[in-house]
Amino acid sequence: MTDWLPWVQITLLVAGCFFFAVGTLGLFRLSETRDRLHALTKVDNLGLGLIAVALLPSAPTIGDALKIVLIWLVVLAASATSAHLIARAAGHSGDGEEP
Amino acid sequence: MALALELTAVWLLLTLLLGLVRIWQGPKPGDRILASQLIGTTGVAILLVLASAQQMPPLRDVALVLALLAVLATVAFVTREVRLDKETGDD
Repeated sequence: MTDWLPWVQITLLVAGCFFFAVGTLGLFRLSETRDRLHALTKVDNLGLGLIAVALLPSAPTIGDALKIVLIWLVVLAASATSAHLIARAAGHSGDGEEP
Repeated sequence: MALALELTAVWLLLTLLLGLVRIWQGPKPGDRILASQLIGTTGVAILLVLASAQQMPPLRDVALVLALLAVLATVAFVTREVRLDKETGDD
């Protein structure tokens, strides 16, 4: 088949890893829980999306490719809801200095 | 191609270990649950990558289950932490 496909997959994988690293870095550099939440949720989902797209061509059957996309959508919805919950928990436990 | 997948899995594992450090030193409980969400997402990514690297389709189902269970952990934490279930007035 076309020989450029593996290279596209590799660049997508590298991009996905980069975003995961940024997400983890954000977890350490940012001071406020909510900032971390903000950075972590978005960046990790983007990294997972890139890795999912990178893995699509090498999925043996169409069913597996659809399953990868399904997993990504589930993780998107899951982390969106849990991000809201964490934000509420972080807000409620009242770390004092914020209104 | 398989090598790239394995290297990606190793890299993701490293970011996952970094998340553990945040759990250990996280000042507030919110940070700890954040790190557990990071571990959930990174775990799903590792499973997906390994499913392709080793041609083991069942790993994708494991990734799906992990994605769902990570949410349950967060929900359990938040309801216990903030008493969301018994929240009456906005105190």
